[in-house]
Amino acid sequence: MTNLGFDVLFKGSNFIRLLLGVWVAVRISLISIVLSIILGMILGILMSLKNPVINAVSKVYLEIVRIMPQMVLLFVVYFGATKALGLNLSAETSAVIVFTFWGTAEMADLVRSSLISIPSIQYESSFSLGLSKVQTYIYVIVPQTMRRLIPLSINLITRMIKTTSLVMMIGIVEVLKVGQQIIEANRKASPNAAFGVYATVFILYFMVCWPISSLSKYLEKRWEN
Amino acid sequence: MSEVLKIDSLVKRYDDLSVLEKIDLTVKKGEVIVIVGPSGCGKSTLLRCINGLESIQDGKVVVDDEVVNPVQKKASKSREKIGMVFQSYDLFPHKNLLQNITLAPIKVQKRKKEEVKEEAIELLKRVGLENRTDSYPRQLSGGQKQRAAIVRALIMHPEILLLDEITAALDPEMVREVLDVVLNLAKEGHTMVIVTHEMAFAKAVADRVIFMDGGKIVEEGSPEEFFENPRTERLKRFLETFTY
Amino acid sequence: MDFNVIREYLPIYWEAFFLTIKIGWIGILISFGIGIPASFSMFFKIPVISQIVKAYVELFRNTPLLVQLFFIYFGLPKLGITISAQTCGALGLGLLGGAYMAEAFRSGLEAVPKTQSEAAFALNMSKGQLFRLIILPQALSSSVPAVVANVIFLLKETSVFSAISLMDLMFTAKDLIGLYYNTTECLTMLVLFYVIMLLPVSVLGNIVEKKARFSMFGE
Repeated sequence: MTNLGFDVLFKGSNFIRLLLGVWVAVRISLISIVLSIILGMILGILMSLKNPVINAVSKVYLEIVRIMPQMVLLFVVYFGATKALGLNLSAETSAVIVFTFWGTAEMADLVRSSLISIPSIQYESSFSLGLSKVQTYIYVIVPQTMRRLIPLSINLITRMIKTTSLVMMIGIVEVLKVGQQIIEANRKASPNAAFGVYATVFILYFMVCWPISSLSKYLEKRWEN
Repeated sequence: MSEVLKIDSLVKRYDDLSVLEKIDLTVKKGEVIVIVGPSGCGKSTLLRCINGLESIQDGKVVVDDEVVNPVQKKASKSREKIGMVFQSYDLFPHKNLLQNITLAPIKVQKRKKEEVKEEAIELLKRVGLENRTDSYPRQLSGGQKQRAAIVRALIMHPEILLLDEITAALDPEMVREVLDVVLNLAKEGHTMVIVTHEMAFAKAVADRVIFMDGGKIVEEGSPEEFFENPRTERLKRFLETFTY
Repeated sequence: MDFNVIREYLPIYWEAFFLTIKIGWIGILISFGIGIPASFSMFFKIPVISQIVKAYVELFRNTPLLVQLFFIYFGLPKLGITISAQTCGALGLGLLGGAYMAEAFRSGLEAVPKTQSEAAFALNMSKGQLFRLIILPQALSSSVPAVVANVIFLLKETSVFSAISLMDLMFTAKDLIGLYYNTTECLTMLVLFYVIMLLPVSVLGNIVEKKARFSMFGE
């Protein structure tokens, strides 16, 4: 164990610190996913209305998210906003902004595609029963889209948690950064700590993401039809 | 007349559930057998057992003096003597019509490309599809797909053709065009075992009709006596479900 | 925006751009090399191998590339396995991508209906012919959208290479900002170079997706 540097994990509060680092990652993801779901639903419904202006704008927006790495977006928001807009955003706020920007696009696209996948006869039959447009959405359409949306949004959580590893690059102390600090601090006493600590971070990420993505897969399969 | 197909006390079970119980059936060359019966009576399973899509637990299936089943899920020469057409057509969606038909003769039977192509076009002409050779299955109607599927089976020169509810998925107006093709095959002397729900068609095409229920052959006879004078109570009741 | 600065930085960015593209596409090639055989082993349920492949797929799909790279680049040398940053980048991307490609091809293979196998069996095709002539072409064309999405995802992931001191676009931007504080110019160029790198792939991907649907169904 000493040789592979797992020992440093049991020194002092090192392991607790790593876990707290995991929590930072999970916290950023959860805040972002909640915001993404709300904003994504709104945008998705707007997009399904087939308004040419909304469609053109959202198309550009979706394409930006599709091709721009989250890391680049983080840098643009964190460093660029300060410079260009004079805003002094904290790193964590920047991260939430970027993740929400990304998540909203993904959610909106999911909401839109599941809305248009519902056959028009569903709308027609609810109108013929005297339901208003809003009632039709609330009681008929939305419940049907949920079965597709829930697994995919859960899957988006794991992808966000994985992506939070990037926020260390703008100075947020999350699990990977904590790992780096522990390795630095024990450079003399435990020169091989890099192996043990990074292996542990690897496993920690897996232990957080795997159950969530398995749940998403399970729900997707169960609700397939 | 010589026997083409001989089924000898065939037994099919899924775990403890018995699907086919000791089925015996002999089909002579040129004979057209129609099997009818309620859903779940085992008639489709019987067809699938004949060409080895399903394993069997006892008995044997002999085609042209060669044992075909119990299943050896590998290609055997004798299985080529059985052609099959399915309810859902199952054309290959990534191949056009001509490729769908010529694929197996060229790749499996190693016949010459030109000769196969010529025969394919000849057969397509007979079913009225000669100008759709470049179409993909998605571009065809159900009736056209099913006629193509029949050609795909025919071009292998099978000794016996199995047709498994081939009109069940079709829109009513397309049933006719497919059944006409089958009727012509019968006239030309093709040996066939047909599972169908079309009673009028059964009457017209069959040399012998078989009624299956509960995994057993309950009654069989010539179309006339089968439909006019059913002997068993079960067949009577079954036939009544088709009249208003 | 100072265009003199941009002109001055351009050669540095081009160099970083080509390095990023090179490592990115090598990684993507590796991901095909791993993903295709891995998907076959899962599809055919080859004992032992398919279980190992499944574990690999889950492990790499549920961990961030950055952490994988840190482990390979900083962790493995402690076991005496030392590799260069470039090799590490390509290998890490390839391993990550392999897991994603394996899933893409596996679900493509499994999407081919069972009745297709039965139809081929009824025509007396051998198992090899069935796989080669019927299943594989259909699976490949139905996995195109997922593969395109994976390629774009992997090219985007190249942005984390800077963390293992690979002098890619991200590293260059960060480095120049740190040295001269021309933040606006540096970030604009960073964004533009990623657009140059990914927009053509995205557009081409859309065309390929349409083509694949076309060749499949002939519509």
